[in-house]
Amino acid sequence: MNSILLGSIPQIPLAHWIDNFVNWLVQFTGFFNGVTNFIGSINNAFQWFFDLVPIWLFIVLVLALTYYINRDQQNWGLLIFEFLGLLMIWNLDFWRDMTQTLTLVLTSSLIALVIGIPLGILMAKSHTAEIILKPVLDFMQTMPAFVYLIPAVALFGIGMVPGIVASVIFAMPPTVRMTNMGIREVPDELIEAADSFGSTEWQKLFKVELPIAKTSLMAGVNQSMMLSLSMVVIASMIGAMGLGTKVYFAVGRNDAGNGFAAGLAIVVLAIILDRLTQSLTRTRRKH
Amino acid sequence: MSTQKSTKVEVNNLTKIFGKHINKAKELSRQGKDKAEILKETGATVGVDRADFKIYDGEIFVIMGLSGSGKSTLVRMINRLIEPTEGEVLIDGENLMKIDKKQLREVRRKKMSMVFQNFGLLPNRTILENAEYGLEIQGVDKATREAKAKEALDTVGISGYNDEYPDQLSGGMQQRVGLARALANDPEILLMDEAFSALDPLNRTDMQDQLLDIQERLHKTIIFISHDLNEALKIGDRIMIMKDAKVIQTGTPEDILTHPANEYVEEFIENVDRSKVLTAGNVMIRPTIVNIEKAGPRLALKMMKDTEVSTAYVVDSSRNLLGIVDANDVIRLVREKNGDLTSIVQTKVPTTSEDTPISDLLDDISQTGIPFAVINDKKQLRGIIVRGAVLGALAGNEVSDFE
Repeated sequence: MNSILLGSIPQIPLAHWIDNFVNWLVQFTGFFNGVTNFIGSINNAFQWFFDLVPIWLFIVLVLALTYYINRDQQNWGLLIFEFLGLLMIWNLDFWRDMTQTLTLVLTSSLIALVIGIPLGILMAKSHTAEIILKPVLDFMQTMPAFVYLIPAVALFGIGMVPGIVASVIFAMPPTVRMTNMGIREVPDELIEAADSFGSTEWQKLFKVELPIAKTSLMAGVNQSMMLSLSMVVIASMIGAMGLGTKVYFAVGRNDAGNGFAAGLAIVVLAIILDRLTQSLTRTRRKH
Repeated sequence: MSTQKSTKVEVNNLTKIFGKHINKAKELSRQGKDKAEILKETGATVGVDRADFKIYDGEIFVIMGLSGSGKSTLVRMINRLIEPTEGEVLIDGENLMKIDKKQLREVRRKKMSMVFQNFGLLPNRTILENAEYGLEIQGVDKATREAKAKEALDTVGISGYNDEYPDQLSGGMQQRVGLARALANDPEILLMDEAFSALDPLNRTDMQDQLLDIQERLHKTIIFISHDLNEALKIGDRIMIMKDAKVIQTGTPEDILTHPANEYVEEFIENVDRSKVLTAGNVMIRPTIVNIEKAGPRLALKMMKDTEVSTAYVVDSSRNLLGIVDANDVIRLVREKNGDLTSIVQTKVPTTSEDTPISDLLDDISQTGIPFAVINDKKQLRGIIVRGAVLGALAGNEVSDFE
């Protein structure tokens, strides 16, 4: 069929080109080792902290944090859910897996945020940047996440780090997009007001644009976090530890019970992270 | 009056063309094509077309026009929020087009502040923090800027809302904050872009009065954009009327009402409540005057017959008003062969000064049969106000029978 339709047009060696590109990248071992070590150390710092804190204290801290963030409108339902959910994870003996997953999510969200917000600002400020970044973001978000794992392993080895890198690529677009959108949606009159009083570009950014874009920006962060959580199971295929590994193993053994149990633990973690970041999204006032 | 004032802002040949083909549009505009033709031929929109004007120190200069007339673009070129295509803006003689970004920031921080139609307040900041904004970005320390912001909020009459947020205040209150934010910098020039247009009529009148009040105390140079001629006439020391990117007429409110430059302005001022703007001096006519030191009853009677009036105004040689004489009394004197008018002069004549607005006189004019005498400080007779002339002036006819 192929040959009838396309006649004598030779097949484009796309796969071959990409292989060559990845192989070419591999020669920068020093650079990628450096990145691996850097990401690894952030990851280890989170993990070190979570291993240090006793489980009961961890639960108390989460509840206290929730209470503090929502101090102006108490949500007892969420507190009860968190308490029971975390107890369940403890009881099912998923605690360490949960903290590994949490570490992966926090590390990749943090990196996505640190890279994504400035990119979003750049995109809002520069028309050229927007034209270039838009298709790149579309690509990053729509390319099946599994595909990232292949070069990630080649460049960063196996373990947590390639999982984090794949998560960052997959999860960063919403932060960039929402930051861009938030800043572009700041009313013209406020920009004019900032300019007319003689603000510098930085003053305008930090005193007017970012505070007003905050709601949209935080919504982007929340989405990024949820997307990186969705990468947890996929990342376990290349050796990222955590709840994802349990699910992955259960799939291999056709073990529905353990699969769902680990899946539920992920759901609990997802809901807690989602509610906490959503509460941060709300604008808080002094009184 | 205004010729003695020094020039604060001078605008020369200021032009803004939006879109592509700017040079072609400029060329067409020089050939005398109008905004619509240029848009059709080049796709470029002429925002402001070669505006020339001067604004004097301490005046309220109203730039007036309907939407699309270019007034908002013009005011934004004065602080370079919009970069002009051509022309220059001089502030105290300094050409704003020749300064760099840093100097421009300095001018915006120190010399002029802007008040916006929809207030432009930062929703995430309290009232006090909003009022502090201009000082905050200049790096003024917290205590000083708080004190100045509070003072500015006091000036516009809204203290006690310091910790509220903008959306907790009514529109009128929010615009007071906008004004306070502008005043906190203590600028020399205030740019007010349709500042009161978003307010309901009562609030708007209130704010207009307050602005005049504040101006009385602070003597800023205020450039006020408006599409409401009544507002322009009320607060403007001078008014500039724009249409389709061009300046049509510049003058005092009276100038514009009494000598509209063309049909457009005439049409524009048709709906104005003239009674608030026209003064006794604008509508007074020349009365029949009898100089008591020179004229007797016969001359007085002849003059009254010639001008077909039944009342004459009696003055002395220095034109001081003594009273009026009625034709019937004069005829009686003539019959009695009495040569002295003094006995029949009625001294009870309603008087007013030249700068009294007609609106203050309307009631009295309709109640008294005798026309008002308009006198100056020295009690000299300047003219009289008859009902017909008042109604004519309110209807838009020029009062023409005054010398």
